[in-house]
Amino acid sequence: MHAELSLTVDGHHHDLTVDTRTTVLDALREHLDITSPKKGCDHGQCGACTVLLDGRRTLSCLSLAVAHDGAEITTADGLAPDGELHPLQEAFVQHDAYQCGYCTPGQICSAVGMLDEAAHGAPSIVTEDLTGGVRLDRAEIAERLSGNLCRCGAYAHIVDAVSQVTEEVAR
Amino acid sequence: MTTASRPFVPRAVGTAMPRPDGPQKVRGTARYTVETPGTDALYLFPVQAGVARGHVTAIDTTAAEALDGVVAVLTHENAPRLAQGDGVLQSATIHQHGQYLAAVLATSSETAREAASLVSVSVVEEPHAAVLDEDSPDLYAPDALVVGATDDTRGDPEAALAAADVVLRQTYRTPMEHHQPLEPHATVALWMDEGEGERLVVHDATQAVSWTRQALAGVFGLEESAVDVVAQHVGGGFGSKGGTHPNTTLTALAAKAVPGRSVRYALTRQQMFDLVGYRPATVQHVALGADRDGRLTAITHDVVDQGSRIGEFVEPAAAFSRGMYAAETRRTTHRVVPLDIGAPTFMRAPGEAPGSFAGECAMDELATELGIDPVELRVRNEPDVDPETGLPYSSRNLVACLRRGAERFGWAERDPAPRARLVDGWWHGTGVAAASFPVVRFPGSLATIRAVGSGGYVVEIAASDIGQGARAALTAIAADALDVPVERIDLRIGDTALGPAGPAGGSAGTTSWGAAVVEAAERFRDKYGDDPDDGDEADASTPDNPWASDYAMHAYGAHFVEVAVHADTGEIRVPRMLGVFAAGRIVNPLTARSQFLGGMVWGLSAALHEESVLDDRFGHVVNRDFAGYHVATHADVGTVDVEWLDEDDPYVNPMGTKGIGEVGIVGVAAAIANAAHHATGVRVRSLPITLDAFL
Amino acid sequence: MKPFAYERPDDAAGAVATVTADPDAAFLAGGTNLVDHLRLGLATPSTLVDVTGLTSTGITDLPDGGLRIGAGVRNADLAADERVRARYPALAQALLAGASGQLRNMATTGGNLLQRTRCSYFQDLTTPCNKREPGSGCAALEGWARHHAILGATHEPAAIACVATHPSDMAVALVALDAQVHVLGRDGERTFPLTGLHRLPGDDPSRDTVLAHGELITAVDLPPAPIAARSTYRKVRDRASFAFALVSVAAALTVEDGTITDARIALGGVAHVPWRASAAERALIGAPATEDAFRAAAAAELDGARPVDSPRGGTAFKVPLVTATLVATLRGLAGEETA
Repeated sequence: MHAELSLTVDGHHHDLTVDTRTTVLDALREHLDITSPKKGCDHGQCGACTVLLDGRRTLSCLSLAVAHDGAEITTADGLAPDGELHPLQEAFVQHDAYQCGYCTPGQICSAVGMLDEAAHGAPSIVTEDLTGGVRLDRAEIAERLSGNLCRCGAYAHIVDAVSQVTEEVAR
Repeated sequence: MTTASRPFVPRAVGTAMPRPDGPQKVRGTARYTVETPGTDALYLFPVQAGVARGHVTAIDTTAAEALDGVVAVLTHENAPRLAQGDGVLQSATIHQHGQYLAAVLATSSETAREAASLVSVSVVEEPHAAVLDEDSPDLYAPDALVVGATDDTRGDPEAALAAADVVLRQTYRTPMEHHQPLEPHATVALWMDEGEGERLVVHDATQAVSWTRQALAGVFGLEESAVDVVAQHVGGGFGSKGGTHPNTTLTALAAKAVPGRSVRYALTRQQMFDLVGYRPATVQHVALGADRDGRLTAITHDVVDQGSRIGEFVEPAAAFSRGMYAAETRRTTHRVVPLDIGAPTFMRAPGEAPGSFAGECAMDELATELGIDPVELRVRNEPDVDPETGLPYSSRNLVACLRRGAERFGWAERDPAPRARLVDGWWHGTGVAAASFPVVRFPGSLATIRAVGSGGYVVEIAASDIGQGARAALTAIAADALDVPVERIDLRIGDTALGPAGPAGGSAGTTSWGAAVVEAAERFRDKYGDDPDDGDEADASTPDNPWASDYAMHAYGAHFVEVAVHADTGEIRVPRMLGVFAAGRIVNPLTARSQFLGGMVWGLSAALHEESVLDDRFGHVVNRDFAGYHVATHADVGTVDVEWLDEDDPYVNPMGTKGIGEVGIVGVAAAIANAAHHATGVRVRSLPITLDAFL
Repeated sequence: MKPFAYERPDDAAGAVATVTADPDAAFLAGGTNLVDHLRLGLATPSTLVDVTGLTSTGITDLPDGGLRIGAGVRNADLAADERVRARYPALAQALLAGASGQLRNMATTGGNLLQRTRCSYFQDLTTPCNKREPGSGCAALEGWARHHAILGATHEPAAIACVATHPSDMAVALVALDAQVHVLGRDGERTFPLTGLHRLPGDDPSRDTVLAHGELITAVDLPPAPIAARSTYRKVRDRASFAFALVSVAAALTVEDGTITDARIALGGVAHVPWRASAAERALIGAPATEDAFRAAAAAELDGARPVDSPRGGTAFKVPLVTATLVATLRGLAGEETA
């Protein structure tokens, strides 16, 4: 069974016809040839497919495309319009916050979404005072990004990169 | 070395350099195998065996074939025949749970998957064996290890143990583990016939394009020149993408049935537990004999490995104990229990990773027994020459790593008493372990250097960048070898069209490829000087190391970790890790740090999390996803410090590099287990270390 | 994955009518568990009825001082709500201890309650499972059962055995906090205590809840309770983050002059349901706030515990682990009370 829908991806409008079974991830990768979001587990257990869907970090592998007609999606590629890297992307390059790069677009989309959540005061399980403010120290960043596995083990460098951007934002 | 008319002067080498493909990776525009544009592409989804042993009596593909969009369903009855090799879809016999029994080709991924579920397979099940039983009548001694003998005995270790002042005898166990790179194994295959005979073009997630080409050429009875294998970006490998597994053969086989059309197949995460190798489980019996001063008089390390009836790979865990410490007598042995399960393979630091868990925990236990500081015990047993070969070391700075690490970690203030530091409800402890990994060089990588434009050089070598940073490292090596800035190097890798090349494996990539690049640069400069004409070209293969039989060559390291164990629940955390390494010259400090860090995180992950649970009743791994098979997350990793000592080793290769992909993991699990003992007084001799041990 | 039709009715009543009328239809909300099950072949609906936007996504104050949580409220939004953080901290913590940031952005309150066990044999079509395929047996009983039950499971006979656990963290906190659940069915709405939603496997492990096919969770109410403002959630797991609970405890205590006057306790990771620890509560009320009393309460709750005794990894360790976690949690709460 098929459905017609439209998606706005990285600022570009797309009309497409997909199987009702098609996930947002497969719609992007297999229908639109937008391969920035990666398929790591197809189960919501690794975070490699993370995109910003209507502004929030979302696992595109567990989202049916048909249920997201009209959605606005930003991938890691869309964070660098015209090739101008997002500050977080610059920080990843500087800190070598990756090795193989396969989890990287998901890590970056997740971090962008996470920073927004924190800016709105959302606590995490390691936040000392649930009703107080949020200070993104290393433990906070690590906890909030734990939905993004990095098998190369670049975690320490990823937290370095995110911390640097967090501090720049704070200044 | 061979033709070293001019010394290799490091300039770019030793300087931090961001990955050339970094901007693509952070945007996600670097294309991995399955993202390769195809020709009229079809999606493959397999049907797998649900039993560990037996045979197929009937296979009904009617319902699958009837689906709109299904182009073909291949089974052992209709698949093209292979010339040799691993028998994918060649017979009705089932050798392992998860074995491919059929493959659907369809125009969409959803249809392929649905159709696969509609293939009806009738199977007769036969009894299988899947328990790693040391008393198994099938236990056997393999002919040899990948490197070195199966067994090695020096002197009379049992007599030495009987006479020793102190004897430690323990058994250590490590589990089956899976590599699980974040990019699932994937292949895109296309058969063409453009009048010059059949040609197979394969994009494959591989650590070794040449090895894949060789394997496929053999399996399909083609000349190697009729097979192209490309791997531009590979999303991690860790050994599983070293060999050519049934998934690659299956994809190429299926593509043969639809010439002119590309066939894509990326494994599901669950399939990654069936078909692409794993680190086999080990049972390791270790005995150490020592005098009161802690000088070892005997080392025995006897290993029983989990094995497979399908394909042999022996985890050479006891090999770790052949060269680590001085001892007058020594015995190291390996035995294998063959089972009806998939074939194991190399996994990051094969042998050294599990072997060091046993060996380095045993040293810690001995230190406790003797009342000698565990750093000091290791220093006292430092050999003058390599105990295995009797050769002098090209360089060995283990003691320096231990001393430097102890200083930086604050080891001197350590109170050796176990279960003595309770802070906010957590028992804290610290532990140490040593690491080593041999310097490996694979022969036969071809490097080609060609002058282009004004002052530029194209450098070609079919190396694989699986995340270790080959693009940056080889660019720097080529620049220094040609004595030009890195901006003038245009490096091309990852394609068999560039000639044969060794794998990204064995921590040998930089040595094998880099030595070829340096040799080619030598020849180029000898022939054309430093002001060549456009199109001037020279090539060279990896030279043999002329010092190979004169020196023992290894990288070393020392790990220091702090562990906290919750006093109530037994939860275990590793808030602090330090690794100090002596691994020759470091080519790229930026990416090298990532490699060491990554190895250490792997060690942490193995210590606390990783275990593939093979349910012997069914013969397959049952915790077959990332919710069941845990790897470390961000939150599991605390402070990780990495330091390396300057080493100038003129014998290993022209660049002075030793390889760093593996030494980082070696010893970490032991250091964590030793720290957990220091924290709690509980000695855990089986991985992973989970909270139940402390309740 | 079997093909399915996708429908988006205009309102909740329409969704209920559609699913009720079609035994092969299923509700879709956040999709974080259902899409997985579609892919694994565990769920094979012919029609998916998307209820996104059909149930409330709001959190509203009730006249009695409680809170009403719409079934469509995302886990992340519920955890971030300032009223929840201040008045029901155990709930906020339970949510934040669950899954990952991305999953919490997607998963809904209703869907979280209805997620199914992560028992690996349940999710593996090649192995027996009475929950997935009634009568086929329980592979976990003698299998890898690290995440399985110690309370309320069915161990025999083989044809109905089930030792699975409910995986939700949120539900454990809600059960401890005396939440009520609103359910819309073909015949209208009914409201009942959340402790009555999930069922023990009994003789039919295929059924996780008491809901009839087509019944839709529309909201969850939290009653006002001063004790809830001092509640806490403690989760013990094999990774520091992004892992299901081995054991979890949601608890609240009131201590007056050293004596416990009120207690709320629920356990996660131990049963087919989020387990309200009534025996422990009874043992605590009137007792002194001491380590001995906490241990006695744990012992009272675990009196009928029956671990999975599997040669391939059972749950015997959970008995001391529940005790340790409960005692530590109560100690912390009592310490706060006296501080």
